[in-house]
Amino acid sequence: MAAVDTDRLTSTVERPARHRRRRRPPRPGTIAVGVVAWAVGLVFFFPVLWMFLTGFKQESQASTDPPTIFFTPTLDQYRAILGRDFLPYFGNSLIASVLSIVLVLLLATPAAYALSVRPVVRWQDSLFFFLSTRMMPAVATILPLYIIARDLNVLDNVTFLALIYTAMNLPIAVWMIRSFLLELPKEVLEAARVDGASLPVEMRRVILPMIAPGLAATALICFIFAWNEFFFAVSLTAFRAATVPVFLVGFITQEGLFWARLSAAATLAVLPVLIAGWTAQKWLVRGLSLGAVK
Amino acid sequence: MAIQVEAPPAAEPRRRPEPRQLTRRERRQRRRPLLPALVFAIVLTQLPFVATLYYSTQRYNLLRPETRKFVGLSNYGRVFTDDLFRNAVLNTVKLTVTVVLLCALFGTALAVLLDKKFLGRSIVRTLLITPFLVMPAAAALVWKTSMLNPVFGIVNWVLSPFGAGQTDWTSRYPMTSIILVLTWQWTPFFMLIILAGLQSQSPEVLEAAKTDGATGGQTFRRVTMPHLRQFIELATVLGTIFILQTFDAIFMITQGGPGQATTNLPYFIYQQAFRAFNAGEAAAAGVITVVATIVFATFALRLVSGLFTTEVL
Repeated sequence: MAAVDTDRLTSTVERPARHRRRRRPPRPGTIAVGVVAWAVGLVFFFPVLWMFLTGFKQESQASTDPPTIFFTPTLDQYRAILGRDFLPYFGNSLIASVLSIVLVLLLATPAAYALSVRPVVRWQDSLFFFLSTRMMPAVATILPLYIIARDLNVLDNVTFLALIYTAMNLPIAVWMIRSFLLELPKEVLEAARVDGASLPVEMRRVILPMIAPGLAATALICFIFAWNEFFFAVSLTAFRAATVPVFLVGFITQEGLFWARLSAAATLAVLPVLIAGWTAQKWLVRGLSLGAVK
Repeated sequence: MAIQVEAPPAAEPRRRPEPRQLTRRERRQRRRPLLPALVFAIVLTQLPFVATLYYSTQRYNLLRPETRKFVGLSNYGRVFTDDLFRNAVLNTVKLTVTVVLLCALFGTALAVLLDKKFLGRSIVRTLLITPFLVMPAAAALVWKTSMLNPVFGIVNWVLSPFGAGQTDWTSRYPMTSIILVLTWQWTPFFMLIILAGLQSQSPEVLEAAKTDGATGGQTFRRVTMPHLRQFIELATVLGTIFILQTFDAIFMITQGGPGQATTNLPYFIYQQAFRAFNAGEAAAAGVITVVATIVFATFALRLVSGLFTTEVL
């Protein structure tokens, strides 16, 4: 058992808003820094860019030596993918992600309230309990979940997958929403209390409107993890409930033959999260560090 | 469950509970909003782990449930003497340590770079976080084919002036390939946390250092690094716990091979459970993984929280 001083850990959250560095006059080094940074950024981005480009090639242009850079884009690969049952996988991913996000927000918001605004006794224990569930290796629970699912006849069931994703994202959501609640002005909460508002009323009228952007950010972060999840999806689904990453498994053995089609499928697979992630950039670090760092 | 972290009563909670003792009714009221989430988490994470403990004492072939029987701790004995298991543990350590070190290094360097002002900084930032957002399974496939293919891969094409020839990366250097892909994927995670650390430095302190005549290098070593250390360690602890669980890249790129060259613990357990249908040994290996994670997380969290205690406040 680790003794963790919760208060100190969470204290980073409470620090006053991030200081912006004061504007300095441009220095000669600035250009060099910019060039290096852009070069590194493009190197990191290149595989994604190449995937995007290859998806618009003909198969004969996808694997050439030297690589084909100029080509006439075609939508053939996308047509082929969409004609090959891609949509049900996409739909399953969407259902599993959205359903789990709704459940996560419903469970995590009251829990975060009970761990911050009007805390339960020994709230630190509960907070770290949630954290610890996020750190448990998935391999430790996969067997019983598989056996239970098999015996309850919910193997290959998208709702069951959504429940697992809910459990997976719950700690992140609790910590994140809690960090937003801690930023609320104390006076407002106290005023609501003096008015004698009941918890549901206080939630609806006072708290939810104020943390709505925080809830949206939390939802986007949870979406990233649920959409990209592979281990549970490949272990617990087969045909009916299989999600997008499971669709991609079909390409493992066809290497060298269908690179353009593979790239088109991969592009469709990553697009939703890229959009969500780029939108939620500002909150990404808070979600990733479970609210510890802003 | 896994890691039980016990927190001592905090010295100064943000919203201090009222000084008077709460009545029993108030306590119940306060607990009510917490309960659904707590129960849900227990049912979906703790109970399955208890079940894993139970299965680890059974001889249990998933395809022949009727032959199941209690075998005590013999699954653990078998796992510990299994060369393949020991190989998987070794691979896991090798993979995790290398990737985490590389990510911490690149993550710090990139964070320092991004903390400077230059044209299009937010675009570069967006480009740099993209590898972390891309679905790992999809990224792994693209790396395996378009990037690392011996004949048509971009990596060999870029390296051809240096005499790379037609190196078959994923079969000749399987571990290096996996490390490369994981480092690419996880560097943004480290970078983001460390960058947040850099930007949370108080400008007054930096200004004071400058007034006292400190050079840029001195300020970085004496002022920035001590402040940054806790963020690097936080990223390292969280990153280690996630990278330990790597599965997607190995499944997609090498399937643990060639032979067992890239089989790590999660992939080993997956194979035991869903390829060999040996639930007993898979469960035992799972329990061992959890215990190892608890040991690591306990020490690591103490380290991080210690730093938070001494340096944040």
